[in-house]
Amino acid sequence: MSNRDQILQTIKNNQPATASPLPDIDFPPDVSKPACDKFIEALAGIGGASHLVKDYEAINAIIKTAYPQAKRIVTTCAALPAGEHLSADADPHALDNVDLAVITAHFAVAENAALWVTEDIVQQRALPFITQQLAVIVKKEDILNNMHQAYQRIGAEDYGFGTFIAGPSKTADIEQSLVLGAHGPKTMCVFILSGK
Amino acid sequence: MIVALFVPCYIDQFYPQVAIATLELLEKAGVEVVYPSRQTCCGQPMANSGFEHLTHDCDELFTDNFGDYDYIVCPSGSCTLHIKDHLHSSDKEDKADHIRRHIYELTEFMTDILQVKQLNARFPHKVGVHQSCHGQRGLKLSQMSELVAPPFSKPLQLLKMVEGIELIDLDRQDECCGFGGTFCVAEEAVSVKMGKDRVADHIRHGAEYITGGDMSCLMHMEGILRRQNSPVQVKHIAEILNSH
Amino acid sequence: MSHSDKDHPKLAEQFNADEPRVDWHDETLWWVRVKRDKAARSIPEWEQLRETASRIKNNVLANLSEYLIQFEEQATRNGITVHWAKDGKEHNAIVLGLLQKHGIDRMVKSKSMLTEECHLNDYLQQHGIEVIDTDLGERIVQMRKEPPSHIVLPAIHLKKQDVSDTFHEHLQTEKGNNDPQFLTQAARIHLREKFLTRRAALTGVNFAVAETGEFVVCTNEGNADMGAHLADIHIASMGFEKIIPQRRHLSVFLRLLARSATGQPITTYSSHFKKPRKGAEMHIVLVDNGRSTQLGRKDFRNSLKCIRCGACFNTCPVYRRSGGHSYHTAIAGPIGSILAPNLDMRKYADLPFASTLCGSCSNVCPVKIDIHDQLYKWRQVLMKEGYGSTIKKMGMKGMTFTLSHPGFYQFAGKAGRWAMKAAPFIINNKLNPWYKQRDMPSPPKESFGEWYKKNRK
Repeated sequence: MSNRDQILQTIKNNQPATASPLPDIDFPPDVSKPACDKFIEALAGIGGASHLVKDYEAINAIIKTAYPQAKRIVTTCAALPAGEHLSADADPHALDNVDLAVITAHFAVAENAALWVTEDIVQQRALPFITQQLAVIVKKEDILNNMHQAYQRIGAEDYGFGTFIAGPSKTADIEQSLVLGAHGPKTMCVFILSGK
Repeated sequence: MIVALFVPCYIDQFYPQVAIATLELLEKAGVEVVYPSRQTCCGQPMANSGFEHLTHDCDELFTDNFGDYDYIVCPSGSCTLHIKDHLHSSDKEDKADHIRRHIYELTEFMTDILQVKQLNARFPHKVGVHQSCHGQRGLKLSQMSELVAPPFSKPLQLLKMVEGIELIDLDRQDECCGFGGTFCVAEEAVSVKMGKDRVADHIRHGAEYITGGDMSCLMHMEGILRRQNSPVQVKHIAEILNSH
Repeated sequence: MSHSDKDHPKLAEQFNADEPRVDWHDETLWWVRVKRDKAARSIPEWEQLRETASRIKNNVLANLSEYLIQFEEQATRNGITVHWAKDGKEHNAIVLGLLQKHGIDRMVKSKSMLTEECHLNDYLQQHGIEVIDTDLGERIVQMRKEPPSHIVLPAIHLKKQDVSDTFHEHLQTEKGNNDPQFLTQAARIHLREKFLTRRAALTGVNFAVAETGEFVVCTNEGNADMGAHLADIHIASMGFEKIIPQRRHLSVFLRLLARSATGQPITTYSSHFKKPRKGAEMHIVLVDNGRSTQLGRKDFRNSLKCIRCGACFNTCPVYRRSGGHSYHTAIAGPIGSILAPNLDMRKYADLPFASTLCGSCSNVCPVKIDIHDQLYKWRQVLMKEGYGSTIKKMGMKGMTFTLSHPGFYQFAGKAGRWAMKAAPFIINNKLNPWYKQRDMPSPPKESFGEWYKKNRK
């Protein structure tokens, strides 16, 4: 018998015979506050900043003034004129000198300020991690309440890689003092698009 | 209603005044109390050390002593919990079962069965309450700080009926004191450190007395307080509820 | 109980030699517990969420072999290569084989308690492979040649001046600069070079989804992603109990994990790896290493529900005052104390006794493992199987005799109280561990039994 079969056989012999049906996942969303307000509050709590903007022009204007030091700005958002547009074939190592990446997210989650991003919209999996600073654009109507709604929205979507990003990269491994910017972005800002 | 009084071994030997206070409290509430004289111990010291398989004779003795009463009341959350969870008999399992379902820790017996609404007690001092883990997390005598659930406390419900008492708050409302049965000698260093920290929390908040439902925790903290020459004293909750 | 130099009471006593440091360790971890409480209280349905997670995991245990087969099928379809390892040795050999096949002799690794359990680093180093741990805390302890002392906070036993000294020695940072911001920045520069130059990355796995064949890795630093997305080959090591049935179940576990671990609403990154990157390879090693044995132990199988959040460490009053290294095993704390005896009863017979059975661990556990009940049950198994010392057994038999013979009990009590009064030095001496730092209770003149005879009836 192969290793695999041996392991699986032992597991089968030893797993409990009791039927343990899967529970319903039925948690009503917390509607005490508008999702957008909750998201902004949660984001601030994890070291992120937010801007409520009307359109892409407003985003452009903020990027110009808020990141004066940024030499290499990369964006994966077709609607943004500012910044270099990436190809999916680029060598991810060449992203090491990216100062600011501006990406879009499919949606955001109010309870924890997480943003759902997949490979097809960032082009390069490494981009949102290797960049020194990160900006994410999300539509206001795409702010969901909690993680259960988030996975309902993701459904059976097929992606190669997807990630929830919540705030700048951080560590507290030295005496539990929080430091923003461990290996990934040192700052993170979210543009909430509310334009009609 | 006939209640059998179960007095844990270390209370019988070292703190008889706690058993006397328990007896008097129950008598004042109009309960007929019997003290089965052949009682010794619940067997927990052996079982918690991993020797549950040696407690058989102790269990049989306990079943013989307490099997015939309406209720069994004990001034210790820890011993009560042990009986509730672990008492069995080889030939009198019905009696053992009766005991397991009818043994009560003193404060829960007073709040739940006797439904005591007032006490004739007076204790004009600042008092810190030590929640024994077995009473709190085991018997659920009060809400546990880890859970997202509404607060309640059976010991506090009774203490609040005592005239003149001032109950203090603690930084850590339900941290273990480190007694832990044989843990207190097997893991001496950690046990003592836990006890010192627990005592310090009470002292920091101005306690004159530390009270609780388990004399074993209090004995451990008393040992530390005395070694520190502290004026703070320990008093079992039965003594405070019975004081005037 | 084991009487080697490495048992918990002795190691804990050494840890307690420096009381201010114990206070710091205790207070720091208590603060994490407080943050956890606050995060839990922000979710009114918290207890229901724990119950749901627990029931999903019960379902996993009851259908484990089927879910693993389903996962393998889906992952393979996604282009991931699935390997099976019976034990740590096989796991290590598989990893080495993959690296050798690609001619790779340097690798970055993000946090994986499983590789600690398998002693992968030592093994690879012996075979000429350099491994760099990239989680900041793990990198610190790796430089110091120490094991992690906590599964989530690997360097929690160290103060910033310790880290500063270590970095001065290994990274030539300014001597005496203890600023965590400065030290983290130094590590960032040091490790970024590793990420950019290493062709292989190994990560752990937090959850693997049977339905889709994907796996999820959670970090705050982004080190798992930096490693995996820049490497040619990504190896994920996973204890097979990390499987969950469906993707939507992630919603329950991701809500619980970080809140329980650190009080954060979610980790910074929750990365879902479903297919290898274009031009790169992705491998997953499913490891047994005693898990299938534990699955067969009715009283202890629930320990396999663990999601490694570390909440039981932070709440444990014993862990906080004895430090992770006192548990002398890869996974310390209450959960480690119920996992370790499954691997080696003799070596870890002390661990189930490193607890007061206060029960706080079971109350914070996000998947509701009955940790303190299992500690009690392990004690019974270990003593019955003969892992107790002879002295302890004699003492217990003596105690049993006394407590089951009322006449002898009354006599012994009286004699004991008489001795405490007449010759207190018999009891109050340094050989009595109670008396070392605590006074004995003052013996009363009579027991309650004696008082009762005189005053009632």
